[in-house]
Amino acid sequence: MTDFTKHLAGRVTAGGMNRREFMGRALAAGVSLSVASQLYATSAAAQEPKKGGHLKLGLEGGSATDSLDPAKSLSQVVFCMLRNWGDLLVESHPTTGLPVPALAESWEASDDAAVWTFKIRSGVQFHNGAELTIDDVVKTLERHTDEKSESGALGVMKSIKSIEAKDGNLVLTLTEGNADLPLLLSDYHLVIQPGGGYDDPAAAIGTGPYKLENWEPGVRATFSKNENDWRSDRGFVDSIEIIVMNDATARVAALSSGQVHFINRVDPKTVSLLKRAPTVEILNTSGRGHYVFIMHCDTAPFDNNDLRLALKYAMDRETMVEKILGGYGKVGNDFPINETYALFPEGIEQRSYDPDKAAFHFKKSGHDGSVLLRTSDVAFPGAVDAAVLYQESAKKAGINIEIKREPGDGYWSNVWNVQPFCTSYWGGRPTQDQMYSTAYLSTADWNDTRFKRPDFDKMLLEARSELDEAKRKELYREMALMVRDEGGLILPMFNDFVNASTKQVQGYVHDIGNDMSNGYVATRVWLDS
Amino acid sequence: MTDSDTDKLPALLGFPKRYPFLTLILQRLGLSVILLFAVSVLIFAGVEALPGDFASTYLGQSATPQAVANIRQDLGLDRPVTTRYFEWLGGALHGDFGTSWASKQSVTEQIGRRLGNSLFLAFFAAIISVPLAVGLGMLAVFYRNRFPDRLINVISLAAISLPEFFIGYLLILFFSVNLGIATFPATVYDTMSFGERLSAIALPTATLVLVVLAHMMRMTRAAILSVMSSAYMETAELKGLSAFNAIVKHAAPNAIAPIVNVVALNLAYLVVGVVVVEVVFVYPGMGQYMVDAVTVRDMPVVQACGLIFAAFYILLNMLADIIAIAANPRLRHPR
Repeated sequence: MTDFTKHLAGRVTAGGMNRREFMGRALAAGVSLSVASQLYATSAAAQEPKKGGHLKLGLEGGSATDSLDPAKSLSQVVFCMLRNWGDLLVESHPTTGLPVPALAESWEASDDAAVWTFKIRSGVQFHNGAELTIDDVVKTLERHTDEKSESGALGVMKSIKSIEAKDGNLVLTLTEGNADLPLLLSDYHLVIQPGGGYDDPAAAIGTGPYKLENWEPGVRATFSKNENDWRSDRGFVDSIEIIVMNDATARVAALSSGQVHFINRVDPKTVSLLKRAPTVEILNTSGRGHYVFIMHCDTAPFDNNDLRLALKYAMDRETMVEKILGGYGKVGNDFPINETYALFPEGIEQRSYDPDKAAFHFKKSGHDGSVLLRTSDVAFPGAVDAAVLYQESAKKAGINIEIKREPGDGYWSNVWNVQPFCTSYWGGRPTQDQMYSTAYLSTADWNDTRFKRPDFDKMLLEARSELDEAKRKELYREMALMVRDEGGLILPMFNDFVNASTKQVQGYVHDIGNDMSNGYVATRVWLDS
Repeated sequence: MTDSDTDKLPALLGFPKRYPFLTLILQRLGLSVILLFAVSVLIFAGVEALPGDFASTYLGQSATPQAVANIRQDLGLDRPVTTRYFEWLGGALHGDFGTSWASKQSVTEQIGRRLGNSLFLAFFAAIISVPLAVGLGMLAVFYRNRFPDRLINVISLAAISLPEFFIGYLLILFFSVNLGIATFPATVYDTMSFGERLSAIALPTATLVLVVLAHMMRMTRAAILSVMSSAYMETAELKGLSAFNAIVKHAAPNAIAPIVNVVALNLAYLVVGVVVVEVVFVYPGMGQYMVDAVTVRDMPVVQACGLIFAAFYILLNMLADIIAIAANPRLRHPR
């Protein structure tokens, strides 16, 4: 077996590939038909899902103020619920992050990647019995494009100039070419709703594997199996119960006493204790989220690149991962992309803690006195501790960092993206293009390092419509180096998603897309008796 | 002024003299209404003073200027504070607390459910803790300075000294994780039977009982002791009253006021102050609901919760005052 087919088989086992897809790729790799189908069968049989049972999840991140409108879904609990009742046009692959067909069966782009045609799957039913039509798809996308919808996907939809139905297919015309468009449609807000959800956006009627039975915001939600589900590779348990548990200790107690099967957000400080419980399994997945210290490149004293470099070299990344993440994470290299992204620029030297270089650049910058860092524990878990650790490692380089602890209330509106040096957090984005466009483009609303470089913007736009992968990769490499060496971002660590389940839970798929198996946990696992 | 008016005036002035007790209650009720107004102004001003408004806090890190402006305009947050307050007040006076800004659901409906849960928990904690506290207090007096008294004191003090979340965690650890006999989490919902509900609230109720017990018990003990050692009890004994009569006629009316007051305070706490216990046991009560709303500055919900909490405090304290006055002839007939 070649490495490539082994890799494909592994992905079948991980639950991320259906038969047709597997066969197609294996055949393309030169494996004969009979070998390929045999291979698929054995990989799939290695973990034959068991059907039935009642799955209970204890999740952090729910509140009485939650809304079921996909446009306004923000919290972890609502995110997980969306995945149960709704479907997207395109999903992202759990391990490669590449686009995978969902309600859109297939797609093709024009040569300049500016016009995209999506074939919509037929024979799919909504929970209310209505058939999915192209009209539902168009209206859903229109609703999220409307400025008044307050949709979390508004930023993604801005690049779409027109949404049309042509010959039963969906045709999207963009303002400029974008090779990543299918992945943009995997934004979790873009759940296809009957009539676009204009009538009752919070009705929770979709095409997903589970129907919402009962919901009390901030308390509990229950789901039952959608017997008409159009997919057979998901939705193994009969019913799902999500209980909102915002207290970390309560979650751990509920899991270790067997009252729930799965919990999210295990505190890295106590994960080693939880590991000892014989019935519990820790599920950690590397992801794209990163904890950052951000400086405004256009505000004194941070407008001096030597000072920025000094502060980058003064960061002890290994210690950060060890102490703040409890080892559940990876060191960062001062650009917001890690190896989970497609076209990751390889071979960029890892920046490490170097007090001498830090002292050298600090002296060269001519800055006198201390540097004020603002922080709060809402920036990321352990942000205040991280700031103190940073203060210590910088002191050895002769840099005096003054820490100001800000109130958690209003941190995102009064400190982040306002003050010149603070701690913050970024969740990942589906593509490098989206990550850079969101926070490093000169004109981006969330350019929280005030990184304004016309040459960078030009490369970003060039890479976006470039369909030649090699050229694209080279552009991304140059951009990464530019952010790393001249930007205002100090990125000490990428955090893992740390979840835990009882041993009864089988088939958990580690998904780099987002926490909780990219929210799909309840639709992907089954219960072993 | 006509004759009939002057006739009415003495009659009106005569009312407090003829019905002093009723007048007192009416006065208190009037004051309560004014207090509630003051509370609503305070809450409104307090939430306004917090950094960040609903639009920016609700969207959090993902707030774009456009989205914030949209929400602000939708909710009328761009108008002056006073206009918004009086609009809210107008609605509230008609019994309309509006809809939650965040979930767009009716505040009255949501609160109804949460308040029901809170009262359910508070009720069971109260019917266990109040008789237990008073009983233990009397027992402590009976065995004053002897072993049972000391034991009761030490245990109740230990219970009150531990933070409530810690008691909660200990109970969960022993009864739920280690022994596996108690229900956890204590989430209650509509389709639960009464028995299931009772089993769900067993641990939070136990925690609350331990938290409020000591306060009431010690006040009972102190009040009874102080009355029993007073001069008039000695006189009562000397003039030949039986112990029972002395206690019923002289001791009880004087001891009841402080006990009722401390009981009222604790009952109010059981309704409004148990957010930590709710979080630890994952119990969907009012406290958690209000905290959620404050976090995103969901003003209609915060206002409604604040008013209900204030009303409970005022009502329970007023009841305590009235009971204390009714029980004590000296207060009942003030000179």
